[in-house]
Amino acid sequence: MTRYRDRGAAFGAAALRWIANPTATVFLLLLLIFAGIFALNDSFFAGPSFMAFLKQAAPLMILAAGQYFVIVSGNFDLSVGALVGAQVVIAARLIDGEESRTVPVMLAMVAFGIAVGLVNGIITTVLKVQSFITTLGMLMVLFGAIKLWTGGAPTGALSESFRTAGRLGIENVPVLGQIPWAVLIVIGLGAGAIGLMRTGFGRVLMAAGDNERAATLSGAPVNTVRIAAFVLSGLSATVAGILIGGYAGVSAQVGQGLEFTVITAVVLGGVVLGGGRGTVLAAIAGALAIESLFALFNQMQLPSTLRPTVQGAIIIAAVAYAARRRTRRGAAAKTATATATPS
Amino acid sequence: MTAPPVLDMHGIDKAFLGVPVLTSVDLRIERGEVHALVGENGAGKSTLMKILAGVHTADAGAIELGGRAVSFTHPLQAQQAGVATVFQEFNLLPELTVAENIHLGREPRTWHGVDRRAMAARTAKLLDDLGVEGLAPTAKVGSLSVAHQQITEIAKALSQGADLICMDEPTAALADAEVELLYRLVRRLRDRGVAVLYVSHRLREIFDLCDRITVLKDGKHVTTVDTADITPDELVTAMVGRRIESVFPERLQGTETGEVRLRVEGGGNAWIDAIDLEVRAGEIVGLAGLQGSGRTEIAEAVFGIAPFTRGTLSVDGTPMRITGPRKAIRAGLALVTEDRKAEGLALRQSVRANARMILDANPRVRSRRRLGRIPGLLSSLDLVSRGEDQEVQFLSGGNQQKVVVAKWLAAEPGVIVLDEPTRGIDVGAKHKLYSVIRQLAAEGLAVLLIASELIEVIGLADRIVVLHDGRIAGELPAGATEQEVMAYATGRRGAEAEPS
Amino acid sequence: MTRPDLSALTASIRRPGTTALIYLALAAVVLVSGVAVALEGKNLFATANLVDMFTRTSLTGFLAIGMTLVILCRSLDLSVGYTAALSSLVAATTMDGQVANLPLAIGAVLLVSGLIGAANGAIVAFLRVNPFIATLGTGLIIKGYLDTRYKGPAGDVPEAFRAFGYSRIGPVPVSTLVMLALAVAAIWFLRSSRTGHHMYAVGGDVDIARMSGIRTDRVLLTAHVLCGMCAGVAGLLLAARFGTGSAESYTNLYELDAIAAVVLGGTLLLGGRGGVAGTVAGVMILAVLDSVFNVLQIDPFAKDVLRGAVIIAAVALYARRQLDRTARRPRFPTAAAGRTR
Repeated sequence: MTRYRDRGAAFGAAALRWIANPTATVFLLLLLIFAGIFALNDSFFAGPSFMAFLKQAAPLMILAAGQYFVIVSGNFDLSVGALVGAQVVIAARLIDGEESRTVPVMLAMVAFGIAVGLVNGIITTVLKVQSFITTLGMLMVLFGAIKLWTGGAPTGALSESFRTAGRLGIENVPVLGQIPWAVLIVIGLGAGAIGLMRTGFGRVLMAAGDNERAATLSGAPVNTVRIAAFVLSGLSATVAGILIGGYAGVSAQVGQGLEFTVITAVVLGGVVLGGGRGTVLAAIAGALAIESLFALFNQMQLPSTLRPTVQGAIIIAAVAYAARRRTRRGAAAKTATATATPS
Repeated sequence: MTAPPVLDMHGIDKAFLGVPVLTSVDLRIERGEVHALVGENGAGKSTLMKILAGVHTADAGAIELGGRAVSFTHPLQAQQAGVATVFQEFNLLPELTVAENIHLGREPRTWHGVDRRAMAARTAKLLDDLGVEGLAPTAKVGSLSVAHQQITEIAKALSQGADLICMDEPTAALADAEVELLYRLVRRLRDRGVAVLYVSHRLREIFDLCDRITVLKDGKHVTTVDTADITPDELVTAMVGRRIESVFPERLQGTETGEVRLRVEGGGNAWIDAIDLEVRAGEIVGLAGLQGSGRTEIAEAVFGIAPFTRGTLSVDGTPMRITGPRKAIRAGLALVTEDRKAEGLALRQSVRANARMILDANPRVRSRRRLGRIPGLLSSLDLVSRGEDQEVQFLSGGNQQKVVVAKWLAAEPGVIVLDEPTRGIDVGAKHKLYSVIRQLAAEGLAVLLIASELIEVIGLADRIVVLHDGRIAGELPAGATEQEVMAYATGRRGAEAEPS
Repeated sequence: MTRPDLSALTASIRRPGTTALIYLALAAVVLVSGVAVALEGKNLFATANLVDMFTRTSLTGFLAIGMTLVILCRSLDLSVGYTAALSSLVAATTMDGQVANLPLAIGAVLLVSGLIGAANGAIVAFLRVNPFIATLGTGLIIKGYLDTRYKGPAGDVPEAFRAFGYSRIGPVPVSTLVMLALAVAAIWFLRSSRTGHHMYAVGGDVDIARMSGIRTDRVLLTAHVLCGMCAGVAGLLLAARFGTGSAESYTNLYELDAIAAVVLGGTLLLGGRGGVAGTVAGVMILAVLDSVFNVLQIDPFAKDVLRGAVIIAAVALYARRQLDRTARRPRFPTAAAGRTR
């Protein structure tokens, strides 16, 4: 009997540890939200409607992966929302409805995304401007420059083939109906991001965010990998821009406030601001959790205007929770530090 | 009728994770006395001071201040009880002025707010009383010399009504002229009836300044004597004289001293000068010297962190300009830094990630074979962990250090610089590292070993290079005594020996 | 023996204070702008342009003064734009067109905005949440409330209070004078009150401040409450200008303007250094630039571009001035040390 109870306790402890693991927490949260949606409307999980939900969530998941690289290396990228908006506007204006221009313009967008990331990265690392300020400045510059270029309101139109990625997919699939290209892109890029974090680059990025000095002394090119992280973020904004533009079309508001939603998502995924901790999969799951929360709101027929409120509450709660865990651990670590230098 | 002593500590015990650092230590300081606390590194001076400052709490024993029993759990309590400690790292805010720093948290007020005029006047009076000249109360602390910052800190302690001021190696960062200033200040304090606990390695200062001396050795109280009753040589004997036990493994069979792998000629930069040094394959060269003598600076110069600006450096006979860690690593150098938490490890990453860090960060030294050696390397160091996925922050100090060593050995360096490799780790891990160092020499590496515990240098090194004030003071063969090393390190012997 | 003093003196001569520099920069901006406008055949210092310039300073000024306090404490407040928008609504709906309600309305605004500041401060100080996240979160919470509760303008501001929005003495609007008075009060507060003085210590090094017996949590909380109340005053001004409460006004991203002005004014984003005097200059530089763009009829969006670039450049410049602070003291300072043997 006692033995049985012991085993139960051990199992309970293991389960608790798993739940306390921030990466696991986000999946648990996701499960709870899905359960909530299921209780209200089980048809949400029917193939076609669930695929539609994933299609809509795809851009945020891609942005979360991009932002993850920057955050884990110890910085922020606040310019992604403005960059997404800029990319959509650029695409509309340059393509101007001409099918033949689709591919060259997409290439130009990729180049622009890389350029913005490079500038962010170089200013932050070489000029030693805090990334908060750098990317805030970039946000203003992009916002103003795009308005300046278009004279206030976006002009031109996207081509049909441009909109394919965001709107269409593999049709007539049994059960699922349509497998959206966006979902496949998320899976592909997500797998790529996970793979990248397992390479030397990923480990160096992580180490740079954890302990910059130790990484430098180990010969790590800290500045270079941090710049690369900003470039990846810029690229993620480009892809997200292509998907959002395809899905929702062009408007002046595209991308506005997206940077904060993305950071909320990444933080919800247990990625620690300041760097050095968290997984890219959890960051992507964080984005999915936010989107499913918004879906839950829809099911509950709450006004969409309440979204920011919930988002604000979540982000504070998530970070406060993480901070509490750290201070508790910190207390334990402090005794260890004391032993490190007894003399 | 005799007044109670300013400080009476008796039977102080302190252990960290079961390792005793202080055993039944007594310390008694009278009013108006300058009392030296001496002992080798690791003797327990700093721990005793931190207990007094409220940073650590003693496991056993009693502390009385002016006859009143006290016990501190927070530095603020020690301050309020009249004990001020001037650590080597100052507790000053560089953006505030001298007067503002001195009165921080206790600003004088008038009806309309902080009374800056009174603050400046009080500061001026305080500094005047201390006989300090040329320090303006309105100067920003960040713009001051180290000596003046130190004076500011001492003045702050005094203004808080301290009866006892503890100074930790106060001259470590001072130039000679500034040392004079400090001397005058300490004497002035004594004349005012303030007691001073003076922790220093520098014998000359101790004999110049202190009334009595307490010697600690291996965490135990050895003796307390009047300065007049002891000679410098006797004092050194009391401090050292630890038997070199059989803890140091013998030089391994088949270790051959080969070609010169690292050579520095006339090396210097802003912190060190005229460094001539060579380390051969299979050789362990010890770098000894007091804190601040330039040991770490040599390691940093060799590794390109703060490169040599004068002289030449060559690795395996090839002259090189090493301007950063990346170049150093490519040249086959490795550096186990002094502070493993701040400089050696990414604490939140796994054992594996840390052990691979050099290879991951430097594609030129990375190879499948080297990556494959890592698990074997870790087990050959007897690493105790819950697996390679465990985060290094949860390892003990000794095991953390083993990860650092493994990370450098993974790159198969030709020259390894070890800066305080055994600082703050348990005895078992120390012994393991000693035999690893021997093993490395046997494998043909050139080893440059920096350690402030003299017995380590003496027990392991084939040659000992002793530094004093940024220059090489002398070189001693294996088997030198601690007295001989200390004679060079304290500047009593050597190139620019001063009479003591 | 006075050598160190001398060197400190020469150092201070070689390096003018940051505040002095920023006012020099302001003078330069005014001069260059005046010339540039004159080349276009217009007069930057014509009354209408001066009024425009001064009018632009007040709103950002209120927000930036409060922002200076929190940034000095090494914190941040991204919620001020939302707080101001909410305050404008609280003001206008409480006034409801009645002059008699003015004291009540002003009191209600200060209470609400102070409470928001207190919430920010508590989250930062006690829950140890990164201030960026904490205030972003409260900002979003308020935004959601505004979006849900108010679909358009609400409330009615009586004429007597609208005067606060437009009346002026000579070319200087009353609101600007109020802002300057608030700035003077804040300068006094930082310089002469203990709490204000301690803000520098908290931002400089929390541990040292705590070791000196300063109640650091309270200082941080005070800074946030005051910052919230400054945003409340900005909300009052918004209400006076629009004649009604406006939820939409948060879309103007006032908080970014405020941070820009503070940073431009030489206050270190990492806390512990700077002051309100610099911030006022920062506000004025931004206002002058805006006015010039206006007078020269340059596309208003160009100002966002310029503003972003100016902030980055300013911080990069200050970062450069900071660099040599951390250096170790050299033992062999010059090559003259040479060989000794």
